[in-house]
Amino acid sequence: MFDLISDFFRTLYEETGWNFVIFYEEYEWSRFVDAIWVSLKLIAASLIFSVLVGVIGAWAQGSPMRWLRLVMAGYIQFFRNTPPYVQLLFFYFVVGNLTPKVDMGGYYEPLIDSFGWAVISLSFFAGAFNVEIFRAGIEAVPTATREAAESLGYTRLKAYLYIILPLAFRVSLPALNNNLVNLVKTTTQAYAIAVPEMLYTLNQVWSDNVNVEEMMIVLFIYYVGLVAILVWGMHRWEKAMRVPGYG
Amino acid sequence: MRHRVLAGVVAAVAAVAIAVTSAQAGEKQANKRFKQMLERGKVVVGVKADYKPWGFRDPSGKLVGMEIDLAQDVADTLGVDLELVPVQSSNRMQFLQQGKIDLMIATMSDRSDRRKVVGIVDPNYYTSGTNVLARKGAVKSWEDLRGKPVCGKQGAFYNKIVAQRYGAKIIAFVGNAEAKQALRDGKCIAWVYDDSSIMSDLSSGDWDGYEMPLPSEDDNPWGLAVPLEELNGIWGRFMSGMVYYWHASGRLIELEKKWGIQPTDYLKRMNKKFAYEHGHLK
Repeated sequence: MFDLISDFFRTLYEETGWNFVIFYEEYEWSRFVDAIWVSLKLIAASLIFSVLVGVIGAWAQGSPMRWLRLVMAGYIQFFRNTPPYVQLLFFYFVVGNLTPKVDMGGYYEPLIDSFGWAVISLSFFAGAFNVEIFRAGIEAVPTATREAAESLGYTRLKAYLYIILPLAFRVSLPALNNNLVNLVKTTTQAYAIAVPEMLYTLNQVWSDNVNVEEMMIVLFIYYVGLVAILVWGMHRWEKAMRVPGYG
Repeated sequence: MRHRVLAGVVAAVAAVAIAVTSAQAGEKQANKRFKQMLERGKVVVGVKADYKPWGFRDPSGKLVGMEIDLAQDVADTLGVDLELVPVQSSNRMQFLQQGKIDLMIATMSDRSDRRKVVGIVDPNYYTSGTNVLARKGAVKSWEDLRGKPVCGKQGAFYNKIVAQRYGAKIIAFVGNAEAKQALRDGKCIAWVYDDSSIMSDLSSGDWDGYEMPLPSEDDNPWGLAVPLEELNGIWGRFMSGMVYYWHASGRLIELEKKWGIQPTDYLKRMNKKFAYEHGHLK
């Protein structure tokens, strides 16, 4: 791949001055490829965990136990009312210092590294919104359906898993879609705690090579592409899950 | 035939006239920013706000430091007001290109790729090397950094050098405050930065138990910069003169002392080189 494109981009730089250094210099290329992996892993992990947090949270929110509902309300308030950037710094620099670490002689290998904290922080951030999104979906499920499940002998958990959630999920998908798109873009803020994702890496590349414009273009195309793929996938899913005559 | 000759002459004259006017226009263009500056009676200088003691904020929030003193010198010499704009390593050249600042004195290392983007003025006004701050005894040679996490600041060019030359795993943060906090938290074995800056940190008394254990690498002369198109105009030549004067008059050595910076051989050498011998006047 690299060999195929490097000549073209080197010539482009020499002829026109457009310096896409990540496509023709071995070291920068390897940094760029690493950044793709890190950002994809970060996005995938945050997406999955945030949806899980949303599903579990929405269930907990409707719990008959008062303390559980209070914990959920507190969680949502905390994560919805603070900026994700501040949350990242808080988790990494404050909570991160309270977790166990291994002395490596001169420095410590933490149990949870900056990538781990980014996943945790971003998942809980987007998860707080997902809880509310799923709650809206759950409230759209008619009471009659819920009562029918109860009269058939479903427990609260079983009714949630097999009756309410599958219906609620369909109603929630458009709003969820929105929130996940936002999450993909928010992952760039992990550069604040030195997670070598795309923004972090390209920032270093443009500082080393003085090619801000070119790297900005790459950054934009990268995220436009990623979000386009996500939106396309979510729409396909929405269509596949459509229940005729429902919603 | 005569008409043709006449037409040729007219065309030639016109061509010359156009060439001359466009050359003059080019010259006017070259000094545009300088003239604007005099007209508005204010020079806008980009300086660091997080690089003690070159550019930082005092307890009242005012920007102070060695480079701010230099900026003040420039404004005083021009007889205009001074406006300071805090810049970051990662955006300082863009600020200059986009006209947000007239002059940049922001601890910038003088490198050939940067000379293509901004007008770096000769001579250089300071120099520094790359070194690390680490817990006492943790690091003994540059090779000790191989495979270990090393904190740095995003946008610093030596991140790449240390990563490539010694195989260090660079963890770069947005600002120095975060990078240094990460070092204190033990998230990395060392913090790679300018020896000059590390020296001033060590002398501040906040870093007991830490040291700068390595020989400095890569002498990086610092350059102040004007917009590229003004480099060979009045503005660039004027700033060349200012830097020459700062060296020759000992002003830089004086400021070094004022701000508690460890005296560098470079400034002494430059002072000796530029100070004019006035023996013939006796």
